[in-house]
Amino acid sequence: MNYFPDEVLEHIFDFVTSQRDRNSVSQVCKPWYKIESSCRQKVFVGNCYAISPERVIERFPGLKSIFLKGKPHFADFNLVPHDWGGFVYPWIEAFARNNVGLEELKLKRMIISDECLELISRSFPNFKSLVLVSCEGFTTDGLAAIASNCRFLRELDLQENDVEDHRGHWLSCIPDTCTSLVSLNFACLKGDVNLAALERLVARSPNLRSLRLNHAVPLDILQKILMRAPHLVDLGVGSYVHDPDSETYNKLVTAIRRCKSVKSLSGFLDVAPHCLSAFHLICPRLTSLNLSYAPGIHGTELVKLIRHCRKLQRLWILDCIGDEGLEVVASTCKDLQEIRVFPSDPFVGNAAVTEVGLVALSRGCPKLQSILYFCQQMTNAALITVAKNCPNFTRFRLCILDPTKPDAVTNQPLDEGFGAIVHSCKGLRRLSMSGQLTDQVFLYIGMYAEQLEMLSIAFAGDTDKGMQYLLNGCKKLRKLEIRDCPFGNAALLMDVGKYETMRSLWMSSCEITLGGCKSLAKKMPRLNVEIINDNDQMEVSADDRQKVEKMYLYRTLAGQRKDAPEFVWTL
Amino acid sequence: MEVEKRTKMGFEETELRLGLPGNCGGATEGGEVARKRGFSETVDLKLNLSSKEGDSDPNHEKTKSLQREKILLAIDPAKPPAKAQVVGWPPVRSFRKNMLANQKSSTYEESTEKVPGGNATFVKVSMDGAPYLRKVDLKMYKTYQELSDALGKMFSSFTIGNCGSHGMKDSLNESKLKDLLNGTDYVPTYEDKDGDWMLVGDVPWNMFVESCKRLRIMKGTEATGLDDSSSDPVALHNTEED
Repeated sequence: MNYFPDEVLEHIFDFVTSQRDRNSVSQVCKPWYKIESSCRQKVFVGNCYAISPERVIERFPGLKSIFLKGKPHFADFNLVPHDWGGFVYPWIEAFARNNVGLEELKLKRMIISDECLELISRSFPNFKSLVLVSCEGFTTDGLAAIASNCRFLRELDLQENDVEDHRGHWLSCIPDTCTSLVSLNFACLKGDVNLAALERLVARSPNLRSLRLNHAVPLDILQKILMRAPHLVDLGVGSYVHDPDSETYNKLVTAIRRCKSVKSLSGFLDVAPHCLSAFHLICPRLTSLNLSYAPGIHGTELVKLIRHCRKLQRLWILDCIGDEGLEVVASTCKDLQEIRVFPSDPFVGNAAVTEVGLVALSRGCPKLQSILYFCQQMTNAALITVAKNCPNFTRFRLCILDPTKPDAVTNQPLDEGFGAIVHSCKGLRRLSMSGQLTDQVFLYIGMYAEQLEMLSIAFAGDTDKGMQYLLNGCKKLRKLEIRDCPFGNAALLMDVGKYETMRSLWMSSCEITLGGCKSLAKKMPRLNVEIINDNDQMEVSADDRQKVEKMYLYRTLAGQRKDAPEFVWTL
Repeated sequence: MEVEKRTKMGFEETELRLGLPGNCGGATEGGEVARKRGFSETVDLKLNLSSKEGDSDPNHEKTKSLQREKILLAIDPAKPPAKAQVVGWPPVRSFRKNMLANQKSSTYEESTEKVPGGNATFVKVSMDGAPYLRKVDLKMYKTYQELSDALGKMFSSFTIGNCGSHGMKDSLNESKLKDLLNGTDYVPTYEDKDGDWMLVGDVPWNMFVESCKRLRIMKGTEATGLDDSSSDPVALHNTEED
C-alpha cells in the first residue's frame, strides 16, 4: 500500500493539522498509523482519565504539545465537588520521567499545583506556552516558578482560573534576558502586580501581540504600555477609571491612535464609562469585543461603542444591553459570527433581554454560527424565525433564567421552537436548551440533529422515551449532560454499547438507581461508571433501588482511576 | 392538536421504533406515574416545604404551581417573588458569578444611588448541603456569639466554638479545631475584601464586620488548612480591638 517513502508521507501529514483529521489518517492502514503516530506533535486528550499518560507517550514519541481536559462540564456550575479529580501531576511527572520534549501545555478544568508548575519549569528546557482555562489548585508562587525558569517563554495565558494570589512578585521573576513573550493574560488574578516590572517586560518584548491586564493595572500604566507596544493585536484593559480632563487621558488617546493593529478588545474590569470615547478610534478595526466583565458600561455608552464596530465577528456582552441594544448590534455588525449574552445579575434571576433581541440578531446577522443567550423568556415563534434566518448555527445555547418557563405568549412547551432549530441548522454540533420541554423535543432532536455532538439538558422531558429518542437518533453524540430530568434505568440501559461511542454521560437528579448503574457497569467493563456521593447521601450498603443523585460515566482505556476521593465510587 | 403539529413537521413517529419488548407498556405506565420532575417540584423537594410527593392528582400541576407561589409569597410578600436558589442554575461559571458580584459591590460603594437603609451590611450566608442561601445583616449583631446564635437558628447543626469577649479564639487552639473538624461539625468561614477565605473568629468583631463579604458554613472535613501556621495566635493576642 505504500507507494511513497516514509519521509514523503510524513511531509504530507505535516499539512494535516486538526486532530480529527490526523486520527482519520492514522486509521487508513497500519503503516500510516505508525508514521502518523511517530510524527504527531500536537495531541488532544478530551478526558484525562480516558487514557494513561504512559500510553500517550508510547504512541506519540514526537509529542511536544498537549491539551488535556479534566472535570466534567457541569463542574463549572458547582455540581461537582472540588476534589473530584482532574489532577495533572501524574501527566507531568510521566512526561518528565520519559524525557518528553514538552513545549506547550493547555489545560481545561484541571487541578494543577505549585509543585507541578515548578516541575514543568524545571523539566522541559524548551517549554514555551502555558494556557490554563478554568483551573485551580495553584498560587502566584507557581507562576513565579514558570516565570523564572522558562527561558523561552512565549505564552502565559490564564483564563478564568481560581488562583490564590500572593501579591504578584511573580511578574518580576521573568528574567531580563527573556524577550520572547508573545502573549500574556493575567486578567483573572485578583492581586496587585509589580507595575514597574510590567512596564519593563513590555518594553523588552518586541513580539508581544496579546496582553490582557487585571484590574490592578491603572490607566496611566496602560497608557505607558500602549506607547511601548503599538503592535498589539489583542488588548485586555484592566482598570479604566480616570478624569476625562486629565493629561493622562490625552496621552492615552495618543497612545491608542498608534495601536493600529488591535483587533480584539476585552476587560474594562473597572470602568468610568464616559471616558470610553478614546476607544472609538480602535472600534472600526475590531473583530472581537468582550465586555462581559464590564458591568460598569451600560446604556448609551455601550451602544455608542458598538455603533463604531462594523467589522465585529465575535461579541461577548452583558444583558444590560437590552433588546434595543441588540437591535443596534444587528444593524451594525453584519459580519457577526458569534455572540454571547450573559446575565448581569446571575443571582437574582432577572434577565434584561427577551426573544425580541434574539430575533433582531437573527435578522441582522445571517452569518451567525454560535450563540449563547441568557434571557428572561422565549417563544416558539421567535425560535422558528431564528431558525429560518440563520441556518448556519453550529452552536446554539439558550438559557431562560426560569428553566421550565413555557412559550411566553402561548404558554405551550418550547418543543416546536427547538425542533425548528435542529431541523433547519443541519450543521448543529452543540445544543443546550431550557424552558418547558416535553419528550417531543427529544423526538425532533433524534430525528434531525444528525451532526449533534454535545447536548445539555435540564428540567426537561416527561418519560424515559425522551432520552431513548436521543440515544437512538443522534449518531454523532459525544457528550451528553442531563440534570433534573425524569429519565430512569430503562433509558440508561436501553443501548449500553452507545456509551463506548461517546466521551461521557452526566446524569444528576434524575430517576436512575444504584441498581441500574451497577448493571451498566457490569455490562460495560471499558466504561468507568462513577457515582458522586457528596453530602453522604448513600451508604456503601445502600439498596439498589435507591436513586443516584450524581452519575458520571466515560469510556476509558485506563481502567478505574486510582485518585478518586472517598465520595466517588467507581462501580 | 398534537397530530396536526406532527404532520406540519413532516415527520412520522413510526420511523423511530424503540422496540422495547415487554418494557414498552411498562415504561409508558411508569412514565405517567413518574411524571416530569418539574422545576417547581425540585424547588419544593430541596426546600422541604411541600409535604406531598408523587401523588397522581389530575390537577397536580396546578396545585404544584399554586403551592410554589404560596411559598414564594411567604418568603417576601412585599417585593416581587425572589426565586429560590437551585444549585448550578442559571448555568453561569462560578468564576464569572463571583467576578460580577465583586464588581457590583465595589460600584455600589461609589455610586450615588445608595441602597435604602444604607447602614446595613448584608452578606450572603451559604451552608454546605443546604439548598438555598440566606442573608444576614452583620450590623445587627455586636459579638460573634450573637451572630452564631442567629445563624444557628437559621441552619441546624452549627457550631462556632467558644469565643472570648474580644472575639479571639483564645480557647480554640489547633487541636481543638481538629477535634471539631474530625466530626461532621460545620465550620464557619468568610470571604474577606481580598477574596481570601478566612476562619470566623480570628479578628476583632468590628474588623470582621468591615471586611466580611460573604459567609460560608463549611463542612468540617473540608475546612482543614484554614487555620494554618500563618496566623500566629501569639501575635493575635497582642492586637488591640478598636
